[in-house]
Amino acid sequence: MGLETKPLTTLHERSSYDVEDFPVPTGREEEWRFTPLSRLKGLHTGAAASGGGVVVAVEAAPEVTVETVGRDDPRLGRAYVPADRVSAQAYGAFEKATVITVPREAVASVPTVITVTGSGDGTAYGHTLVNVEPMAEAVLVLDHRGSAVYADNVEFAVGEGATLKVVSLQDWADDAVHVSHHHARLGKDATFRSFVVTLGGDLVRLSPSVAYTGPGGDADLTGLYFVDAGQHLEHRLLVDHSQPNCRSNVVYKGALQGDGAHAVWIGDVIIRVEAEGTDTYELNRNLLLTDGARADSVPNLEILTGEVAGAGHASASGRLDDEHIFYLQARGIPFEEARRLVIRGFFAQLLEKIELDELRERVFAKVEAELEK
Amino acid sequence: MSDSTRVPAGSTLEIRDLKVSVADKEILRGVNLTVRAGETHAIMGPNGSGKSTLAYAIAGHPKYTITGGQVLLDGADLLEMSVDERARAGLFLAMQYPVEVPGVSVSNFLRSAVTAARGEAPKLRQFSKDLKAGMDALSIDSAFAQRNVNEGFSGGEKKRHEILQLELLKPKIAVLDETDSGLDVDALRVVSEGINRFRAGGDTGVLLITHYTRILRYVKPDFVHVFAGGRIVEQGGPELAEKLEAEGYEAYTKATA
Repeated sequence: MGLETKPLTTLHERSSYDVEDFPVPTGREEEWRFTPLSRLKGLHTGAAASGGGVVVAVEAAPEVTVETVGRDDPRLGRAYVPADRVSAQAYGAFEKATVITVPREAVASVPTVITVTGSGDGTAYGHTLVNVEPMAEAVLVLDHRGSAVYADNVEFAVGEGATLKVVSLQDWADDAVHVSHHHARLGKDATFRSFVVTLGGDLVRLSPSVAYTGPGGDADLTGLYFVDAGQHLEHRLLVDHSQPNCRSNVVYKGALQGDGAHAVWIGDVIIRVEAEGTDTYELNRNLLLTDGARADSVPNLEILTGEVAGAGHASASGRLDDEHIFYLQARGIPFEEARRLVIRGFFAQLLEKIELDELRERVFAKVEAELEK
Repeated sequence: MSDSTRVPAGSTLEIRDLKVSVADKEILRGVNLTVRAGETHAIMGPNGSGKSTLAYAIAGHPKYTITGGQVLLDGADLLEMSVDERARAGLFLAMQYPVEVPGVSVSNFLRSAVTAARGEAPKLRQFSKDLKAGMDALSIDSAFAQRNVNEGFSGGEKKRHEILQLELLKPKIAVLDETDSGLDVDALRVVSEGINRFRAGGDTGVLLITHYTRILRYVKPDFVHVFAGGRIVEQGGPELAEKLEAEGYEAYTKATA
């Protein structure tokens, strides 16, 4: 292993609630090297002025309790310790946190929707805790819209035998900056499904991570992004297998079009010595629709045990396949329509995973609208 | 199939002195051939003689560079048209190796293609009926309508899917590129019946490209052309196919080597 390639385990070992424990990034650090720091509006230096606005609205299932709590609530920060400077900055600066609790064995009858709407002025910090108690089941939608400079952390504490399905939609206005950590901590036999859709914003850097506290945990992380000219959409995934017989599956797909469209996908998976019987797979695919777009895709798999059930990764970035387009055109379908059909097809299998009809239709319509651009 | 908005009588495909290169290598060296409605022409030849190049060049595949000649469909210059314009003008190419198109269902694809060919979307109920009838006739399981185009299809299923498109789109001129290759006897019979239904259904011309005489027992050609070294080297009636069956292509490959 060369000097440049540190083991994943060392890369992810630093965590702290205190922003001062993380030096201001210069852009040369492994975890920051893809992010255009100058467009973070000071989120990484501490220069960002607080007091700006997002409005958080919650529409909860009747079986679920919603609280808005202060910084001192002892439940906060137990599932997740900030893993980088912006995350720690957000943790140190949020004023109110939203706590969603799905009581033990409760089955939420409808999705709980948290809408975060940016009001366009200043910088805002947020914190959300979703506590799914043992054997409970819930669906959560995080819907981000409007214009904001926003850094936040979301903790998903999924208890023993519980199931949480999350759809997080980054549907920001063109000038928004959003840096976010989504950390899921899975108890024994817990099930976690995450579906991330990132379409809007000038810069979005979303870091979904998963940790297991008992065997039998099952995480499925799916993502879809559409990057337009000038946008930087970055997804950094980390699945840390530290318990035996857990499963994880990561599939992220993106399309890019226009000058300066930049997608970054980092897929880190660690299988620790204790994590025998792990079954994991991660996949990233990027479709480059025009010149001038760039996709960085870095899957990393570090296996520290000899006893895995399955471990693999794949990454591919490329253009539309000429043979697909030719086949459709040879049947009379005009080029533009052929292109749309193939791109829709590229995303189709992912979209099917969104179980909420209304939301699936909305995401589908958004993707269609992107294709019209 | 009930729709009959197409096929004016007497379409003609004229290939005049067609020269085609792939990556600066000349493959077709002056092909002359006229296919009129109501006629079936078989093009036979050894592997590597340029038969498929002829098919793909006519259809407009970007890999092939036209270096000379003309291809006219009812007097209109196909070579000036985009791939989809050629198809809408009435040309159909059944491909030897149809590609898989992930995420695009057969029914969605066929509806888009039929809409493009007719210039308007077919009525959903009528389309579903036509599709079902077309699939039944070719012994294609109706579940295929919901599968992705060619994804996981066997060789025979892909070829049946090509002929299904032929029957739904009703082109003026159909070019069938080794539709018989890789088919067992049952599949060959089913596919041949589809081609014959297409021939009987309208005033259409067929250019059937094949390496083997087997399919010609089911689909009777009016003319047989022997292709070697990038051009037609001999022409005749069905009896020429019988001669090839008995003697093979050796005489032609030696002559052009």
